[in-house]
Amino acid sequence: MENKEKTFVEDIERTLYDIRNEERAAYKSRQGLTEQVVRDISSRKDDPEWMLERRLEALAVYDTLALPSWGPDLSSLNMEEIVAYVKPDAKMAGRWEDVPEDIRATFDRLGIPEAEETSLAGVGAQYDSEVVYHSIQESLVRQGVIYTDMETALREHEQLVREHFMKLVPPKDHKFAALHGAVWSGGSFVYVPEGVQVEIPLQSYFRLNAPGAGQFEHTLIILEKNSSLHFIEGCSAPKYNVTNLHAGCVELFVGEGARLRYSTIENWSRNMMNLNTKRALVEKDGLIEWVSGSFGSRVSMLYPCSILHGENARCEFTGVTFASKGQNLDTGASVIHAAHYTSANISTRTISKAGGQAVYRSAVKVTPHAHHIKCSVNCESLMLDDISRSDTLPVMDIQGDEAAVGHEATIGRISEEAVFYLMCRGISEDEARAMIVRGFVEPIAKELPLEYAVEMNNLINIELEGTMG
Amino acid sequence: MSNKLLEIRNLHACAAGREPKEEILRGLSLTVEPGEIHVILGANGSGKSTLMNVIMGHPGYQVLEGSLEFDGEALQPLKPFERARRGIFLSFQTPEEIPGITVENMLRASRQALTGKPVKIMSFRRELHSVMEELQIDASYGQRYMNVGFSGGEKKRNEILQLLLQQPRLALLDETDSGLDVDAVQIVARGVKRFHNEKNACLIITHNTRILEQLPVDKVHVLLGGRIVAEGGAELIEKIDREGFGSIRDAAEELQGK
Repeated sequence: MENKEKTFVEDIERTLYDIRNEERAAYKSRQGLTEQVVRDISSRKDDPEWMLERRLEALAVYDTLALPSWGPDLSSLNMEEIVAYVKPDAKMAGRWEDVPEDIRATFDRLGIPEAEETSLAGVGAQYDSEVVYHSIQESLVRQGVIYTDMETALREHEQLVREHFMKLVPPKDHKFAALHGAVWSGGSFVYVPEGVQVEIPLQSYFRLNAPGAGQFEHTLIILEKNSSLHFIEGCSAPKYNVTNLHAGCVELFVGEGARLRYSTIENWSRNMMNLNTKRALVEKDGLIEWVSGSFGSRVSMLYPCSILHGENARCEFTGVTFASKGQNLDTGASVIHAAHYTSANISTRTISKAGGQAVYRSAVKVTPHAHHIKCSVNCESLMLDDISRSDTLPVMDIQGDEAAVGHEATIGRISEEAVFYLMCRGISEDEARAMIVRGFVEPIAKELPLEYAVEMNNLINIELEGTMG
Repeated sequence: MSNKLLEIRNLHACAAGREPKEEILRGLSLTVEPGEIHVILGANGSGKSTLMNVIMGHPGYQVLEGSLEFDGEALQPLKPFERARRGIFLSFQTPEEIPGITVENMLRASRQALTGKPVKIMSFRRELHSVMEELQIDASYGQRYMNVGFSGGEKKRNEILQLLLQQPRLALLDETDSGLDVDAVQIVARGVKRFHNEKNACLIITHNTRILEQLPVDKVHVLLGGRIVAEGGAELIEKIDREGFGSIRDAAEELQGK
């Protein structure tokens, strides 16, 4: 490799521009997102009639909403040409050879087996996920678990989808939720019947294959009473996508006494705007556990929300965000305590370096009649140099009585004494700093499945390379 | 004489990046040979810890004049980790807490860095546990984060643990026995004793002479105002124990006056 420090796509703009030109020609006469475009998507996907109606309703909402007036600057998104982003056959790179050298090199360095590389880059038409998927499928099917892609779910489990689809994240929520509602495509669907414990984590492998997937994908997970599931979304490898907007949506229904762990490591290529909406509804005695890692992307706005709807419902949120040069990652969590005795525990770590901007934003709400609420928010930030930025913006709206809500935030730097201490034990300066950073995110890493923890550590090492000292 | 392990000549040093430069060490000379145990005594603020840090290459200190050699090699161009790899060990007065890194993982990383060879996880763990047992450290501490939530005594024992695992050629012990109860001092003293042999050397700073009762001290240096003002054998310890630094200070001032 000529340039070993480079781990992301910096020069993608020209390619992107070329492709956009092409698409502009295809949609020459159209401005903005039109009903016709949405109808095209819908008919191509063979939607049932009600889904088309919902898409059109979402489109109507989309037209009335403005871009968010807070958070990172989104002005580089050209909403007039949004159609270029949502063109139904907008694909990830068609062939492995088309994936930029840098990204391929990163795969090598992450130690991802060659067999998986192509698919992880989002190009793998021959990805063997079908095999993986079916082998998992068989053992689960006997217990009544449904695990499939959204399109199949819409055909085979129409009623379930209809009852839940965009009920937690209605299109009117914000402009990108509306956009999602109008043009969504791909994603995962999981249904776990009452009392069933899914022992192995399910991973969203196959969604990478669907056209437009990884861009406006919809994830819908329904856990019935007393069931449990660990679902892993995405992977730590950079996803390469020729279009640069991601507006996915995740809806999680956690039934009475059910337990859901939802783990994600997102590492989008550095031209992406990641505007993802995730929400969970937790019933009585239920538990939602989020493990969320945000790397990559140019701009991220991601605040998974937990609605604690039944008594004793609980939320555990563990997140890590790493913002480097040119990145503005605005992440956090939100919790709505809508019932008595609900509790939440939010713990996050953010790292910023080389001018990166990491913002932790959280909202905790306690509804007027909820009592005996417990919520603790702990966020720690680490800035690796003087030009990076870290902010903490917690919002608390407490209308109920007897709520114990605490917020703790620290923003710091790497302790030079700790670096010296490690050096005195023979560890080089770069490695000492990397160890301290890895130690800083350890509370998150230990929540991840081993292979993901290893990959996250590798990612951190790559991010830190050459910037220390 | 190639038999010198550490040779410091006319060392002048100050805190780095501070103006005006105020010398903390003001012309200090010291020679340590293999097999020796040296003790540095001195009142607070006399420059003892600065000396340790300068030998180790702490970036917070600047050498203004003089030289430091380890086994005939100039130390000044070397970074702290390079000095460690050549066999110098510093036991910290206040060991750092490092969240997220377990004792075992850190010590294994250290072993790997020092030897330049991969370390087998299981055999290293066995070795670690046996040394921990000797120092009466519970094996569960191997899985705790480095010094986080450790008591003062536990941190010091953790330093001795590293001394025994690292087997350096020169051990700098900066008040390793301070803040310890009688039993803990015994454990630390036993650890240092077990470490010491004819090939390596110790340079010990202490305010507590109890630890020295257990160790065969070869030389005692009294540091005052950044200089060594008195030197002698173990008998000097008793003298200072009896009389304090007063008489030595007076003698030194008289000497300077002349």
